[in-house]
Amino acid sequence: MANWDWQVFCKNTIDGEVIPRCLGSGGDITYLDWMLSAWGWTLSVALLALVVALLLGSLMGILRTVPHKGLVFLGNAWTELFRNIPLLVQVFLWYHVLPALVPVLKGVPSFVLVVFALGFFTSARIAEQVKAGIQSLPKGQRYAGLAMGFTLPQTYRYVILPMAFRIVIPPLTSESMNIIKNSSVAFAVSIAELTMFAMQAQEETSRGIEIYLAVSGLYFISAFSINRIALFIEQRVQVPGMIGGSK
Amino acid sequence: MNKTFALALALAAATGAAHAEDTLKKIKDSGSVTMGVRESSGALSYTLGDGKYVGYHVEICQHVLADVQKQLGLAKLEIKYQPVTSQNRIPLVQNGTVDIECGSTTNNLTRQKDVAFAVTTFVEEVRIAVKANSGITSIGQLNGKNVATTTGTTSVQTLRKHERATGVDFKEVFGKDHADSFLLLESGRADAFVMDGAILAGNIAKSKSPADYKLVGEVLSVEPIAIMMRKDDPAFKKAVDDSIKAMMKSGEIAKTWHKWFEQPIPPANTKVGMPPNDNTKAAWANPNDKPMEDYAKK
Repeated sequence: MANWDWQVFCKNTIDGEVIPRCLGSGGDITYLDWMLSAWGWTLSVALLALVVALLLGSLMGILRTVPHKGLVFLGNAWTELFRNIPLLVQVFLWYHVLPALVPVLKGVPSFVLVVFALGFFTSARIAEQVKAGIQSLPKGQRYAGLAMGFTLPQTYRYVILPMAFRIVIPPLTSESMNIIKNSSVAFAVSIAELTMFAMQAQEETSRGIEIYLAVSGLYFISAFSINRIALFIEQRVQVPGMIGGSK
Repeated sequence: MNKTFALALALAAATGAAHAEDTLKKIKDSGSVTMGVRESSGALSYTLGDGKYVGYHVEICQHVLADVQKQLGLAKLEIKYQPVTSQNRIPLVQNGTVDIECGSTTNNLTRQKDVAFAVTTFVEEVRIAVKANSGITSIGQLNGKNVATTTGTTSVQTLRKHERATGVDFKEVFGKDHADSFLLLESGRADAFVMDGAILAGNIAKSKSPADYKLVGEVLSVEPIAIMMRKDDPAFKKAVDDSIKAMMKSGEIAKTWHKWFEQPIPPANTKVGMPPNDNTKAAWANPNDKPMEDYAKK
């Protein structure tokens, strides 16, 4: 029914001429070159934001379970702040509003801002999962650790966290895949990632169906790779008798 | 059972054939027509909310459809309004959901492979908007500056071609939509906003202090904007073209322009304040459906 035109990816982005080898050279850029570069931006935003999210999310999740009211409040406040505001609004807050209040931020590239926006947003969700993971452990483990003479940080380091993190790997996998998909909001602050490529290239070439199919494929490959890596880690670290460790 | 199946098949074939080609017959048989409109394409086509659509192109289309109604001798013609976006307007015209698209579509060669265009009603010029106190007067002064434009527009391509051709090296920043792009200029993240003149004029008119901005420099690209229809339906295209040509001849199109671009318009009763440019006047004087590529050759 549809008449496909996959050659669109071999077209030069300046004059629309088809380039024989499909990849431009000497300053010429084809839509394929552009899409691969956009994929790179998508992965860069997503992976850096994931690092931010895992570090901050774990920290905030742990704080929410310690026997200190102030730290628990900090962790809770962080989580509620960042998970109750829509992601796109948060991105705009970082890009338009914060620099108006703190002029120094004007010099920060939008790439960095969007990594923080996406990382902080996701950290709230990870904090919730880490907290749930820690709370799912029997209280006795914590007491056992302390009774052994461990300090509280040592109890977390050697007793609680090794178990809790194993439990939360499956929901963390979902978050890691979400961050790839959520990175599409970066187009709103002029990051040349896949969603922006798709919107722009379909306007220029009028071949939206081919372009959206290709972009969907790349998103799928990216998120699915994360899924497979996480599954590999999950299998490597599983403990017999624990959730998913009943081999 | 067999009978029902055959009937269904015949029906499917009949409806299939009806919207494959003959729009006039479809309009006559159904007593209704579907007009594709935009939620916010400046004064060309926009919504007042509550399912109401107005603007320069919407009014032209209403006029055209009144003529079609007369031509078909219909006592009553129901106009259904279907909002479309940049992404879906061409597929919706191709598959028959929309009979006549009255938004802000550029007539170019790529699109002519998929759809047909009526005679050009407006020739858009891509311009540069800057802060009035910036001292920038031409594109050459944008070297090393941040230039905003909107994702999903042909202006991005125009800018890229210009950068290539002139060797001017500017940093591009992209707004999600025109309002975002204007915010980039307003907040100082961008030194200039490159976009269709009508959109720039509209955004400046709606801004907090319109006097702070101005349009400067050369015309970067010229784009004929036209009403879009299904391809391979010469009878319908003739009906639409004839109606528009009559408006051009009688001067009614100039009046319609004046109403939408030079007078206060709803909902806020602000003026776009944009008289028709020379290319637009030329298109009214000599009606044609030439694509964008023909303008670039000059």
